[in-house]
Amino acid sequence: MIANPGLEALAERVREANAEHCALRIRGGGTKDFYGETPRGDVLDTRVLGGAALHEPTELVVTASAGMTLDALDLLLAEQGQCLAFDPPHFAPGSTVGGMVATGLSGPSRARAGSLRDHLLGVCLLGGSGELMQFGGRVIKNVAGYDVSRLVAGSLGILGVIVEVSIKVLPCPESEATLRFDMKPGEALAALHAWGARPLPLDASAWWNGNLIVRLSGSAAAVAAARKELGGEPIDRAAAVPFWADLRDHADPFFVAAEEAIEHQDATLWRLSLPQTAPLLGLAGDELIEWHGAQRWLATSLPAANVREAVAAAGGHATLFRGGDKSAGVFAPLAPPLQRIHERLKQSFDPNGILNPGRLYPGL
Amino acid sequence: MNAATPGAELLAAAAPPGAERSRRRAEVVTALAAALPAHALLWQREDTVPYECDGLTAYREQPLVVALPESEAQIAAVLAICHRLGVPVVARGAGTGLSGGALPNPLGVTLSLAKFNRIVAIDRLARTATVQCGVRNLAISEAAAPHGLFYAPDPSSQIACTIGGNVAENSGGVHCLKYGLTLHNVLKVRGFTAEGEAVEFGGDALDVPGLDLLAVVVGSEGMLVVIVEVTVKLLPKAQAARCIVASFDDIRKAGDAVAAIIGAGIIPAGLELMDKPMTAAVESFVHAGYDLDAAAILLCESDGTEAEVEHEVARMIEVLDAAGATRLAASENEAQRLRFWSGRKNAFPASGRISPDYMCMDSTIPRKCLADMLLAIADMEKKYALRCVNVFHAGDGNLHPLILFDANNADELHRAERFGAEILETSVAMGGTVTGEHGVGVEKLSSMCVQFSAAEREQMLALKSAFDPGGLLNPGKVIPTLVRCAEYGKMHVSRGVLAFPELPRF
Repeated sequence: MIANPGLEALAERVREANAEHCALRIRGGGTKDFYGETPRGDVLDTRVLGGAALHEPTELVVTASAGMTLDALDLLLAEQGQCLAFDPPHFAPGSTVGGMVATGLSGPSRARAGSLRDHLLGVCLLGGSGELMQFGGRVIKNVAGYDVSRLVAGSLGILGVIVEVSIKVLPCPESEATLRFDMKPGEALAALHAWGARPLPLDASAWWNGNLIVRLSGSAAAVAAARKELGGEPIDRAAAVPFWADLRDHADPFFVAAEEAIEHQDATLWRLSLPQTAPLLGLAGDELIEWHGAQRWLATSLPAANVREAVAAAGGHATLFRGGDKSAGVFAPLAPPLQRIHERLKQSFDPNGILNPGRLYPGL
Repeated sequence: MNAATPGAELLAAAAPPGAERSRRRAEVVTALAAALPAHALLWQREDTVPYECDGLTAYREQPLVVALPESEAQIAAVLAICHRLGVPVVARGAGTGLSGGALPNPLGVTLSLAKFNRIVAIDRLARTATVQCGVRNLAISEAAAPHGLFYAPDPSSQIACTIGGNVAENSGGVHCLKYGLTLHNVLKVRGFTAEGEAVEFGGDALDVPGLDLLAVVVGSEGMLVVIVEVTVKLLPKAQAARCIVASFDDIRKAGDAVAAIIGAGIIPAGLELMDKPMTAAVESFVHAGYDLDAAAILLCESDGTEAEVEHEVARMIEVLDAAGATRLAASENEAQRLRFWSGRKNAFPASGRISPDYMCMDSTIPRKCLADMLLAIADMEKKYALRCVNVFHAGDGNLHPLILFDANNADELHRAERFGAEILETSVAMGGTVTGEHGVGVEKLSSMCVQFSAAEREQMLALKSAFDPGGLLNPGKVIPTLVRCAEYGKMHVSRGVLAFPELPRF
C-alpha cells in the first residue's frame, strides 16, 4: 500500500476503542451521515489518512487513500482522460473515497457500466482489533482467496475501517449525447427494454414528470448512429452535463421537491431496487425512474410496510433513503440464513462490535 | 455400478485398506441410501475412479462416496445427512477445473451435480438466463442466440465446463477485459448451505439489502455454499468483430504495445500475447499463418457496430504500428478472424504435442511488467533446465506460462514445481496475484502463504466459518493453514524478501 503517515494513529485509536469496547462511528466528509441506520459512537475521522493516490492510466487502476475527496479523485483521473465508470454520487463537496466504498452507491451509469463493487479491485482495512489487512489487489483478474474486498463495498463500515482502495478506472467515453422524449412511464420502460436488447450505446436513463431523458455514451460512430436511430430531442451538452450531475447528487428538481416533502409533509424518500422489467408499482407519491427501470425513487407518505410489501412482491427491495421514521428499519429485512451469515461475519471481523455498530442493521 | 442395497460386509470388501475408512464408508452409504436411489450412489472403486481428479490430473484422491442427486430435495437431504455425520462434501460439475478445486476428500462425499443440466428460463426482455448449475457455459450462449443475445464470460473450456463451476471459480476468458468476469455477469445464485438449508444470494434486481454476499460466493471454490441454480446477464451480440495479428521482433516492444493500446483509451474485446516458442507450437498444430520469426505476436480484437469496429481497428493499427510492429494483418472476414484465433485457442493442446506433460500457471501481473516477466521466465528456463512456452491474456495481465516437463521423471516434476512456484512468487513481488482465473484449489495453497499475511488468511478462514461453521464444504482448499505456511516458509523465501525487491507491493 501507499505509505500513510496518518495510519498508525488511526489504528491505535481503533485498538484503544477495542480494548475499551467503545463504539466508533467511522466518518469521512460526513456527506452521507443521513444514510443507513442512525450512527452512534465516537467519531473516527478518516480524513487523517490524507489524500494520497497512485494512478496508473495504462494499468486502468487507481489506488487511493480513504481520506481522499471524490472531487480530487475525479480531477486526478480526468487529467489522464479517465473516470470512474460507475459514476458515484458525491451529494456534497468533501465526500471521500472511504465513504464512497462504505456506502457502495453507484450513479446514473450503473445499469450499463456496473456498480462500484464491480470496479473495486482491492481494499486495505483495519479490522475491529486494529489489525491491518489487505484483500484483492491492483490487477483486474484475481481469484486468490475469497473476494473480501468486494464484500466491503456497501458494508457501511461494520466490517472494518477502510484505509485504502484500488479501483478499476476506464477511459472517458469518446462521445456522449443526451436525448429527451415525451413519454408516460409505461412507454418509457417499454422503450428502454426494447433499446436494451439491441447493441446500442445506451448508458443512463431517467424518467420523471412525463420526460424520458437518456444518455448515449461510447465511440463517436456508435453514438452518432444511435442518435439517428432513436430520434428524440437532443439536449445541449451545456444543459446535459449539469442535469446528470444533479441527478447523481440528488440536487435536481425531483430530489429538491422530495426534500421539501420530507420537511413539510412528513414524506419519506425510498430507493426501490427492482428487476428492470418490473411493472410500474402504482404506489402513491412522486416517482423518478433510473437504471432503465432497476432503480426507482419514490417520495411518499405511505407507511413503510406498504412500500416494502409491494416492492418485495415485484422481486425487489426498498431502502428508506432519506427522511421518515427509521424505526421500521432502513434496509429490507434479511432471510434467516442470510441474517445468521451476517451475524457471524460481523463477529469475525469485529469481535467486540465496535465498528459502526447498528449502522447497517440493528444488532450488527 | 454398485449393487442396490449395501450390506456392511459388502462394503468392507469393496473398501480399500483401512478399517476406519471402511466403517465410515458403510455408515455414510447406509445413511445416504435413505435419501438417494441406488443408482445415484457410487462407492465401489471402479465406479469412483472417474471422480478421482479434475482438470489438474497430477493430484488424485479416492472419494469415500460419490452422490449423484437428481432433485434439489435430494441435494438438501445429502447435505443434511453429511452435516449430521460430520462428513465433508466436495461439489463437482464437469471436473474441468485446473487447480484441483474438485479434488475429492478421502473421507468425504463427492457431490456430482452433473444431472442439473436444464436451462430453466431465458427472459428475452430482461436479458437474463436462469439455468441449473450443471448447464455448460457454451449452452447458455447457444440458447440465447435466437434472441440475438449471448453470455459473455468464455473460458477456453466453455464447451465442457459448467456454470456452477464458473461461479465457484469466478472464471474469466479472453473477453473479460471488456465484458467482465463471471462475477460481473451473475445476478443471482440459489443453493444450499452446508446444513442443507435453501439460500439465495443476489437477486433479480441489481443489488440486495445488507452485505453483498454474492461477491464472496462467486469465486469461493465450493467452500461456502452448494450452488444449484444461477441467473446470468445476457448481452446483445455485437454486429461485427475483427481481429488484428501484430508481430514484434522484441518482447519488450510487444509489452509496451499492450500498454500503448490501453493508454490510447482503447478497451479491446480481446488482447492476447504469445511468445515465439508458443507461436511455433500452435502454428505447426493449426496452421493459422502466424509469423514464425516474431519474438512475440499480439492478437487484438475489436467488436461493436460496423462503424465502431472499422474506426477502432484503424486506431489499433496506428498504435501498434507506432509501437514498432513488424507485421500487421487485420481479419477481412469471419473465417479469417476465426483462423487468427484458432492458434490461441489451441495453445494448450499444441503444448501437449511438444511435451509429455505441461504445467499451466495462471498468475496476474500489472501489464507494464509483461516484458520483465517474460525475461524473468527465460532466466528461470536456464535455472531449472526446462522449457516454458507463454500465452498471456495480455489485456488484463493474466499469464499462462506452460512449463514443459516429463512427469515420469521425478526430478523434472520437482523442477517444474519449483519453476512454477518462482513464477508465482515473482508475480506477487511485481504487485500481482498467484491466480487470475483458475483458482487456488489445492495447487496454489502454498503460494497463498506468499500473497497473504497470517491475519489475512485467518480472516478468510473465519469468513468460511461464517457460511459453514462445521467446516464441511470442500475443506482444506484455497486457504492454507498456519502450519502449512510455516513449513513452506522454511523452504522458500517469503513476502518481503522476494525477487524484484525494488518493486513496491500493492
